[in-house]
Amino acid sequence: MRKATRMAAAGLGVTSLMAISACGGGDNGGGGGDADANAWILTGGGWPAIEEDFNRWNESNEDAQIDVEGIENDSYKGQIRTAVGSGEAPTLIMSWTGGALLEYAEQDAVVDLTGETGDLEERVFDSVWQNGQVDGSTYAVPLNDVQPVVMYYNQEVFDEVGLEVPETWEDVEEAIEVFNENDVAPFSLAGGSVWPALMWLQYLTDRHGGEEAFQAVVEGEEGAWDNESILFALETMQDLGENGGFIESYNSVTADQNEDAQLLADGEAAMLLQGSWVYATINQDFPEFADSGNFGFTSFPTLEDGAGDPSNIVGNPANFWSVSADASEEEQQIAMDYISENLYNEETVDAMLEAGSLPPLNDIEEEIAATEDADFLEFSSQLVGDANHFQLSWDQAVASNVAQPLTDNLSGILRGEMTPQEFVDAMNAL
Amino acid sequence: MALPAVAFFGIFALIPLIGVVVISFMEWNVLGSPEWVGLTNWEAVLFDRPFTWTALGLTVTFVIGSYLFQAPVALLLGVFMAGQQRYRALLAVLYFLPLLFSSVAVGLTFQSLFSPNYGLSAALPFEWLPNDWLANSDLVMWVMIFVVGWCFVPFHGLLYQAGVRQIPQSMYEAATIDGAGRLRQFFSITLPQLRYTIITSSTLMLVGSLTYFDLIYVLTGGQPADAVRILPLDMYVTGFASYNLGYASVIAVILVAIGLTLSLLLNVLSGSSKMDSDKAGA
Repeated sequence: MRKATRMAAAGLGVTSLMAISACGGGDNGGGGGDADANAWILTGGGWPAIEEDFNRWNESNEDAQIDVEGIENDSYKGQIRTAVGSGEAPTLIMSWTGGALLEYAEQDAVVDLTGETGDLEERVFDSVWQNGQVDGSTYAVPLNDVQPVVMYYNQEVFDEVGLEVPETWEDVEEAIEVFNENDVAPFSLAGGSVWPALMWLQYLTDRHGGEEAFQAVVEGEEGAWDNESILFALETMQDLGENGGFIESYNSVTADQNEDAQLLADGEAAMLLQGSWVYATINQDFPEFADSGNFGFTSFPTLEDGAGDPSNIVGNPANFWSVSADASEEEQQIAMDYISENLYNEETVDAMLEAGSLPPLNDIEEEIAATEDADFLEFSSQLVGDANHFQLSWDQAVASNVAQPLTDNLSGILRGEMTPQEFVDAMNAL
Repeated sequence: MALPAVAFFGIFALIPLIGVVVISFMEWNVLGSPEWVGLTNWEAVLFDRPFTWTALGLTVTFVIGSYLFQAPVALLLGVFMAGQQRYRALLAVLYFLPLLFSSVAVGLTFQSLFSPNYGLSAALPFEWLPNDWLANSDLVMWVMIFVVGWCFVPFHGLLYQAGVRQIPQSMYEAATIDGAGRLRQFFSITLPQLRYTIITSSTLMLVGSLTYFDLIYVLTGGQPADAVRILPLDMYVTGFASYNLGYASVIAVILVAIGLTLSLLLNVLSGSSKMDSDKAGA
């Protein structure tokens, strides 16, 4: 037995790999004979509002019950994938669209919802709605708030050096020079977490070459990474890193504990490119700065000779619902009724707005104006409404086996251990 | 009596282990159904994937570095805690604390401490402190070895404390009469008497750091990849970020093989299979 115990000690850590994948959500599958539909949502953030929405639905629809289960964010992606792969998916499958939705659609794991979504298509901003479509058919519909990436700034820092908030890339270059002379970092960046740097790569690529540059990557075109706009973005980022654009220690700053936002709030950095959720973070964690009147937000600067549409934005369009193809017809019907009759109902929209998050709808201007955070919500709503294209985060948009190398190689770019050409070659080789 | 143990081992170790070996011969991205591909995964992971060898190199550095750091510190701490000094009990409690903290909490705390903007470097005036401790490829491995060691030294210290307490006091008394100093007593009595504790502790340290995962993942997020991604992290990322279960299973089998070889080797080398009482004549 001693030998066996040793083997267990050595093997247990590694073999739990299997235990995890074998247990992932099998007991919660909706494929069985149970008449109730079911849905998995996440915990934390704005998700309690979604859960309450389901509770209200269940109270008023006794014969169309939907069981809801909250799952922790980090384990959700693995669990839902296992469940979908084994035909045990919940009736309503939540995704961030992009590569995952494409795979679901290719595997016929989700149902075509075209024409089954009531008046949602007219209500939701086009730039957001597009993300749920595959080859012109709707496979997923947005379910919560839209999260564009915006440029936050600290007005006090600009006042001290006598600068205006930059609107063009030329302004940015001038601002970098002035800030460096005054020992202020122009941009805070959580390079240690890598994904915030992806926002820079996305915006710079889009401003330089438009959304087509990355679309070629998503469509799997041969050698698509080797694109002059992507190379321009990578070169610009390395230049910002080496020549005082990003804060000096950017590779050590992480977003986990909002250090990047703190640097902005403390006036260590003048600007921060981050997702719209950081607005709530700053209000919550750094109320002094939020209430000082110095906390500002604007869109990403335009690039003078860039081919991209300056109205284009990047970020997370929303979380989306799809309906599982493995669910029974009855369950599917319940899910579709929920989507077409209930999504973004008045009560839920109010709850979202009250929490400072923005549903991607074009018919709620009055409601927005009445909220506490009207300034920011009106700004983001206009940004999303005017956007010609809403680029989903690249790490979500690409196939699952590309996302990790993308992060790894971008980290190499940030640390100056990889040249832009090496980056695109490595990505093309995948 | 052995039945529960056999059942436990079978369910939680043997069956998953067999599963992993089987999947290592399959191509599977979790969504579709697994497809038998023979030795393709093995060839790819071992010969067409340079990162496997990078990860293996990092693993070896991490295991050896952790051992060289943890073993002496734990031994000295254990010997100290077994003594009769003033405040010993109080200090022993303090030393023991790191073991009680969750690794996520430890990871996040050290992440904050190492921050060049808000961490220790903002509080203390040392010039060498502000540094990219967790982002610099040349430093982060040593930081990891230190933090992981900080967490596990108390446990091994405890093992050694128990070991030292087992050594009969009479041996020290006799040595004192023979005129042996404290240093001589340590090397001639304490160390030889602790040999089985050393074997146990070494096995746990080496195999433990070979498969160590959570604290490193929280502390570094797995970046920079070519400086921190030891095999267990590589396995996780390959399996659950890239969903290449075939490759991940190959890495898992490699880890099991190395772990088993290592612990068997330690046992053979130390002759513990003929382990007998070392108290005879004491």
